[in-house]
Amino acid sequence: MNILWLQAAGCGGCTMSALCAEAPDFLETLEGAGLEFLWHPALSLQSGAEVRVLLESVESGETPLDILAIEGAIARGPMGTGRFQMVSGTGRSMLDWVRALAPRARHVVAVGTCATYGGMTSAGGNPSDAIGVQYEGAHVGGVLAEDYRDPTGLPVVNVSGCPTHPGWVTETLMLLAAGRLREADLDDFARPLFYAQHLVHHGCPKNEYYEYKASAVQLSDHGCMMENLGCVGTQAVGDCNIRPWNGEGSCTRGGYPCIACTAPEFEEPRHPFVETPKVAGIPVGLPSDMPKAWFMALASLSKAATPERIAKNAVAPRVEVAPTHRKPKGRR
Amino acid sequence: MSETPRLVVGPFNRVEGDLEVQLDLAEGRVASAQVNAPLYRGFERMLEGRAPSDALTVTPRICGICSISQSAAAAQALAAASGLVPTPQGALMAALIHAVENAADHLFHFNLFFMPDFTRPAYAAQPWYRLAVERFAAINGAAGRAAIEARTQLMHILGLMAGKWPHTLALQPGGVTRAPGPRDKLRIETSLRQFRKYLEREVFGGSLEEFVALGSIDALMRWQHGDVGLFLEIAAETGLADLGRGSGRYLSFGAYPLAEGHGFAPGLWCAGTLSPVDPSGIVEDLSHAWMLGGAAHPFEGQTEPDEAMREVAYTWCKAPRMKGEPLEVGALARQVIDGHPLARELAGGGVLARVAARLLELARTQILMEQWAAQIDPAGVFMHHGAVPENGTGAGLVEAARGSLGHWLRIDGGKIASYQIIAPTTWNFSPRDAQGVPGPLEAALVGAPVMEGEDTPVSVQHIVRSFDPCMVCTVH
Repeated sequence: MNILWLQAAGCGGCTMSALCAEAPDFLETLEGAGLEFLWHPALSLQSGAEVRVLLESVESGETPLDILAIEGAIARGPMGTGRFQMVSGTGRSMLDWVRALAPRARHVVAVGTCATYGGMTSAGGNPSDAIGVQYEGAHVGGVLAEDYRDPTGLPVVNVSGCPTHPGWVTETLMLLAAGRLREADLDDFARPLFYAQHLVHHGCPKNEYYEYKASAVQLSDHGCMMENLGCVGTQAVGDCNIRPWNGEGSCTRGGYPCIACTAPEFEEPRHPFVETPKVAGIPVGLPSDMPKAWFMALASLSKAATPERIAKNAVAPRVEVAPTHRKPKGRR
Repeated sequence: MSETPRLVVGPFNRVEGDLEVQLDLAEGRVASAQVNAPLYRGFERMLEGRAPSDALTVTPRICGICSISQSAAAAQALAAASGLVPTPQGALMAALIHAVENAADHLFHFNLFFMPDFTRPAYAAQPWYRLAVERFAAINGAAGRAAIEARTQLMHILGLMAGKWPHTLALQPGGVTRAPGPRDKLRIETSLRQFRKYLEREVFGGSLEEFVALGSIDALMRWQHGDVGLFLEIAAETGLADLGRGSGRYLSFGAYPLAEGHGFAPGLWCAGTLSPVDPSGIVEDLSHAWMLGGAAHPFEGQTEPDEAMREVAYTWCKAPRMKGEPLEVGALARQVIDGHPLARELAGGGVLARVAARLLELARTQILMEQWAAQIDPAGVFMHHGAVPENGTGAGLVEAARGSLGHWLRIDGGKIASYQIIAPTTWNFSPRDAQGVPGPLEAALVGAPVMEGEDTPVSVQHIVRSFDPCMVCTVH
């Protein structure tokens, strides 16, 4: 299968992240699955006139297109013209090109939270009037309409994330190449369930602190960042702590909060990213599928039961008190 | 009189982001060039009214390739506004994290963005062509594949210390969020050892120390090993030294601020003379940008797009000037200003000088990273804390891989009142100013040869890519 990759209004970081894929690397992974780039803006040789000819040949249907991958949101401004992003050399906007090319593709994949929902490009009053390929924030219907389906019946596949984990991108593309991705394999926001059925909380190394509500007070503290530092890992989808990033990383492993970058409208939390909004001292963003009263009851119990080791370590930059051990009983 | 032939070159790939170049030709050469950054997103406007600390989340997302540079500039601007200085160990770790990104960017530029142009059929008759294709063919070249693998392994340092790459929140005004332990230090040293092995085996084909000891262009051109040797052979035969020469006016804000000084020194280099940087001399001219308002220093500047896209303008990029002059920024500028003897000889040069200085800096950066890793104190303090004031100003002036990056922040009533950014490629790819003076790339393109029938001139591609442009940063 061939892939035409376009970079719309975004930072290019999802490509840069994808190139961190491991075992094997990004290009080998795709090759092995029978995927090749018709053109990629960061990788291909063709530039200028050669690319214009290629784009026109895909538009006319002369060159068949299997996967149209779009990275970055689509700018509609100014005044609905799309001229905030012109595809250079073509005299046409990216908005116009996406509308022209998407109907030619067997599948359309939106890569990253900008392409899926608008993302950071649509933050703060949305200066470029940017939207996602099939969503505008959390509302379905973007550059492509709510009822868009590709020739195989799939909506735009939304690989959200800011940036996307390399595995989310390669595995989505490989599932498509193998014909093994159905609409039932996507969640309510059209994200592949293989990563969207997990929460960032799953496998978070701060789980023991969370269990006792032993909270970090400031960035650089070791404790759980939910109560004070804006962490929404208990609500955010992603397997970030199950299969880490760049070897062994994740946001929470790096000592800073999860900001739910896989979610529509994450760019406007309506509070500072690294502060937890509270009402009467109680965080407002509690785990979404747990009754609030139960959460409060469990939290106050576990707080009261916090071992000293955990309480101390939670507000230190590194482990200060190691676990103590009981001697095994069987031997002398 | 016949009309001047005009070429519009785009889409311009293997540059980060969107770029269009308009060329007027005369007698087989570029007579005049206009550089257009055709994407506007409006990051500066998005920041207005937000909590100051949000800059650390928002600005890295300007750019997926120099994300940590944006973090570093935002952290420094907030630190300046808050009167906060990172702990020495925090500054050391921030420098290491930043250097990993810069080294990775230099590596990708050489292997994936710049060298593949020599595999074009136009060069098929050259004696080095077969080797160039073997090493640097786009997507399939052996050197590109090896670079992707080596970068992935090097970035394990970022997984460990910055959580992920790109878009980390690990860099903070007072240091870094994660304190490394003894085994983290070992893992960092191990990753760096592997990266050095790769650099010495594949890229330089020899010891980094020997390469950084080269003191003249003559000595450089005698380096015959590794992919660097292949590049130098190609450069000599295709005349890259004289292609796209720069003005020789360079700026560096100084890279890697540490307790004991910068890793690479700050300065302004004009006509062979070094002087201190005076950021108050910076003005952004809007005469040829689709931006409204007058020329201003970034503390007083604004970003108001001209939605009518008036005829006289041709880009979303503003034109930064230092005391009225355009300046070139990047690895060549930094190495000239830092005083490296080879770079000083390369000053004022073209494609060869820019690429050679980037390779020199890659080698020097690896050596610095190794020194910093050795200085990590696993019992040290990595972060200071302090409150951001209700009202204040701060500037963050750092060096990204591609050159000088500045953030100018004004806080009013606890919110961001104004945030102005000048990125490296804003300097290098700036349009003309009110006096009609072209930006550095526009000037460097004049005289570039255009062969009969070329619609995307290869000489223009070499020159453009020698700057390693980052267009997403340029307009932001």
